[in-house]
Amino acid sequence: VPPATFDQESESTAVEAPRRGHYKIFLGMAAGVGKTYRMLQEGHAEADAGRDVVIGYLEPHERAETSAQASGLEELPRRMVEIRGGATVSEMDLPGLLRRAPELALIDELAHTNPPGLEHDKRYEDIAAVLAAGIDVFSTVNVQHLESLNDQVAELTGVRVRETVPDKVLGGADEVVLIDLTPEALILRLREGKIYPTQNIDAALNNFFKIENLAALREVSLRQVAEEVESKRLVFAEAESVGTRDAERVSDDAAKAVGERLLALVRPQASSQRLVRRAWRSAQRLGTDLDLLWVKPPGAPIDGECERQVTALRRLASVLGATFLIEEHDDVVVGAARVARERGSTYIMVGESPPARGLARLREPLPQRLMRATPPGVDVRIVANRGQRDEEGAP
Amino acid sequence: VSVLALIRLEHILVVVALILGGVGGFWLAKSRHGRKAPAEPEAVHHILLPFTGTEISRRAVDAALRLSRAEGATLMPAYLAEVPKSLPLDCPIPKEAGRAMAMLEAIEQRAAAKGVPVDARIERGRTYRHALARLLSEEDFDRVVVSAGATGTQGLSGDDLVWLLERAPAEVMILRPGPEDHRVVVPAHQTNGNGVVA
Repeated sequence: VPPATFDQESESTAVEAPRRGHYKIFLGMAAGVGKTYRMLQEGHAEADAGRDVVIGYLEPHERAETSAQASGLEELPRRMVEIRGGATVSEMDLPGLLRRAPELALIDELAHTNPPGLEHDKRYEDIAAVLAAGIDVFSTVNVQHLESLNDQVAELTGVRVRETVPDKVLGGADEVVLIDLTPEALILRLREGKIYPTQNIDAALNNFFKIENLAALREVSLRQVAEEVESKRLVFAEAESVGTRDAERVSDDAAKAVGERLLALVRPQASSQRLVRRAWRSAQRLGTDLDLLWVKPPGAPIDGECERQVTALRRLASVLGATFLIEEHDDVVVGAARVARERGSTYIMVGESPPARGLARLREPLPQRLMRATPPGVDVRIVANRGQRDEEGAP
Repeated sequence: VSVLALIRLEHILVVVALILGGVGGFWLAKSRHGRKAPAEPEAVHHILLPFTGTEISRRAVDAALRLSRAEGATLMPAYLAEVPKSLPLDCPIPKEAGRAMAMLEAIEQRAAAKGVPVDARIERGRTYRHALARLLSEEDFDRVVVSAGATGTQGLSGDDLVWLLERAPAEVMILRPGPEDHRVVVPAHQTNGNGVVA
């Protein structure tokens, strides 16, 4: 009889735990974009498909459209909780929900803070308990509640929210759905009274609901979801890379090929600024990130005019939102190829080289060497020298 | 005899080859040494040309270029960008950068035609004066050329110019408004491609 393997042992002794529920979060840039509405819509679709769906907690904010959308779905009765001063508030009944044990629970406002005395301090912890019981959960949150974005959003909008949620809550969701709306459309909804009662509209318009605030929040939300998608894709790719079939590898490569990244090879010289400008414009057109790289000869000091130009390039990169990198290597091509591989660059831009003299004429030109040294599929583009072009084209 | 003559001839050829090799090697080393010299001249003189907005007085650009050329100086056009208080001062400013890039490109094009080297800057500040103050503290230059006309200096008020005169650690040249100030340098996409509106 062969000795029992770890797998055989664990298989025979393990008690079957309930599977964790599927977690879907509807993320929005601000109140009123339609997160709760969409959650309810999808809840209806699930119920129509024959699933047992219950509203665990709904915050209708006195919005008629939201309340109408909730009708037809079973709503769990809330429990009344006494808080300081003897007042009572209605809260989600977590024990009641776990006893009811539906297939899918709709729980609004995951960033909510529970009053003292309940099972958990925060609603996202209640949701974790629901998920652990094997119940699927749909929930909602606004981007400004995410812990890592709290400061950034406060700087952008001047409004700081106190109820924050760790980023891992969003990262742990199986699906994140961004509910996107243009700032103009959201303001129109606000003016039409679809978000706040009429008496609060002017105050909202004068404070949080400004076009520039909403545009900034929208950008933050879009970036956040893009990063989530990217991180999930990378995790998926890592999992797939062990013993995958060729077809899966091809699909992974195709996904990688979607992202572009531009690398501009610069030197600490004023003339490099033209190259940076060109590279930045290309990056803007492609909607991609830009890296500026100086391959510095090992041991070469950064002082005098060189230091001045390095500082200027660093500042320019900061203005443009680009990344300035210094790589020490005695061969520009090898250094650049290494960085291109590390950063996943798909384009490399180089300035025009001066005419080769002496034995350098026998050497293969830089662009060709770069093409050979970089991974397949990396394009190399040469930016022409301004002076020469102007002389040719001067009237 | 003929064998001896051949041996001598061979020696002579070897000596000649050695001499040629030596001279060739010396020439090659010299040319390589020359090639390794800095590609750009050591920038000793800089003439600062601060501006804001999407056009700059052509007179101011030409004056700065004339000075730069006469003194063998590098022109430093500097775009001053305002960063709203709601954003960190060192945040990327792509929209402003786009305007700045187009303007700097137009100025560089004009400078290239006159053979003047350019070392451009984009400086951020809470106000134009703040950006200018940061520029003064961070950069070395010998002269500042600024136009007092409305064109291209919407952001620099009379007070700013007085402030500049008091604070700039260099000679300041303020061009008084002139009849030619309707001629401006603008980004190429607003013109027929040469970056100049007459």
